Amino acid sequence: MPSDFISSLYVFLLAGFVGFEVIRRVSPLLHTPLMSLTNALDAIAVVGAIVIAGEHKSTLSTVLGALAVAASTSNVVGGFLITDRMLKMFKPAKPKKP
Amino acid sequence: MTPQVTEQLIQITYIVATVLFILSLKWLSTPSTARRGVRAGELGMALAIGATLLNRGIIDYRWLVIALVVGSIVGIPLGLVQMTAVPQRTALSHAFGAFCVTLVGTAEFYLRAPGISHFMMSVLSMEVILGSLTVTGSLMAAGKLQEVLPQRPITFKGQNFVNLSILTAAVGVAVYLVFHPESTRLFPLLIAMPLVFGVMMIVPIGGADMPTVISLLNSYAGLSAAAMGFALDSKLLIIAGALDGSSGFILSVIMSKAMNRSFTNVLFGAFGQVQASAAAAAETRNVKSATAEEAAGILAAANSVVIVPGYGMAVAQAQHKVRELYELLTKRGVTVKFGIHPVAGRMPGHMNVLLAEADIPYDKLLDMDAINPEFPETDVALVIGANDVTNPAARTDQSSPIYGMPILDVDKARTVMVIKRSMSPGFAGIDNPLYYFDKTLMLFGDARGFVGDIVRELGGAGH
Repeated sequence: MPSDFISSLYVFLLAGFVGFEVIRRVSPLLHTPLMSLTNALDAIAVVGAIVIAGEHKSTLSTVLGALAVAASTSNVVGGFLITDRMLKMFKPAKPKKP
Repeated sequence: MTPQVTEQLIQITYIVATVLFILSLKWLSTPSTARRGVRAGELGMALAIGATLLNRGIIDYRWLVIALVVGSIVGIPLGLVQMTAVPQRTALSHAFGAFCVTLVGTAEFYLRAPGISHFMMSVLSMEVILGSLTVTGSLMAAGKLQEVLPQRPITFKGQNFVNLSILTAAVGVAVYLVFHPESTRLFPLLIAMPLVFGVMMIVPIGGADMPTVISLLNSYAGLSAAAMGFALDSKLLIIAGALDGSSGFILSVIMSKAMNRSFTNVLFGAFGQVQASAAAAAETRNVKSATAEEAAGILAAANSVVIVPGYGMAVAQAQHKVRELYELLTKRGVTVKFGIHPVAGRMPGHMNVLLAEADIPYDKLLDMDAINPEFPETDVALVIGANDVTNPAARTDQSSPIYGMPILDVDKARTVMVIKRSMSPGFAGIDNPLYYFDKTLMLFGDARGFVGDIVRELGGAGH
């Protein structure tokens, strides 16, 4: 097993624990925005797709890479946009109300 | 810049992006800091994409620019959908994310074949299998949520056996490819079989199980991205995938607990058939119904009201009328709160978003554990388009399919009012004894129309 893989596995496990501890604290109120935000963050896969599409090693890889870039970019743009729109709507009660 | 400096700059930027991603999720924990979380996520993403474009391996920017522009053009309308359409939009975005991962995995395979190490082939297989089953699974879920596909669970004999066989066969091909990566002709099977499995997996799922299934697909999408991170040796991707994967996993656990069901039960046991006995019993029992005028009188005389919204409210688009009702009652000095069940609606947190959109302050939206102790002190529980999550049979009737599921204890309130179209059973096809209680008043009609009538009775017509 390559040593890169071992260190990657450590990273994966630690990130999983960090995710568990951080996300456990998210209020159920915000579970929908949580899902759309993690979805937008997950679209970081775009960085892998960009390299595949830009390296231009074969026609197939360039076409698949470009499609992948388009798909994940739509998640980046749409995901952040809708998360922010949702969060904008969550307002506390106005104190002046009787 | 020398190549080494550029490479170091890229790596440092990725570390900064990682920190921003974790902070982003941390800040999301409460509404007051949540928008800062989105800013942090956006900044991290912009930095990571910007740094990647400096990668010296990139020699051709034409297709990249076109793809980035097309993706943005597609993404904008997906970010601007109606709040009621958020569940299907979310399912669609899981499909897009998994699509990206599957394509990159496929491209990697054909670039590296036939000389692929065992390790690399295992990771690529995992990436492609998880990715492609998430693509079709999420598209099916989105189709059911958008109601372009039938929402009732479709089951047939031997379904689980067929599904598991397909998945096992896909894993078998993956194992063969690990040892014989030169058999590139087999690779398309590694995509095709999970694609079929994704469809079959969602066919038996009913609408009420959607919150769990969407969370599960979210988890798969994250794990497939993490697998892609392993293949590309990108720590940034591994971390983002692990965060997304654990988020989906936590939500699936919360959703299954709220339905008192295990993962395997959600995935392998469709429940959607109306129980014949319960349906027959329904016809003989009496229910009390009331008009909007009577309901308005009772609400106006109450000290405390808890409104319990469900998917029916979303379908009828009644949330804005509910807001008017909330305001009129609050003006009269009635304490109004909302009791939200974790699986109310079609995805986690669905009801909160709809009510927040209608301008109801979020501190009035209480989750199940917070609102349940308050029901015995509540004058009126007003159920709008919710059914199974209020069914007391879940506490008392051991023969009920939902026995043991945690519910909102609306039956402990002094008066219960239920807005419902008719006496037909809810999505899970289970009769609700709540409707036959002496203290229960059925308000028959469309949720939006009926709440509108109550609002008019309370003097809010000119509102």
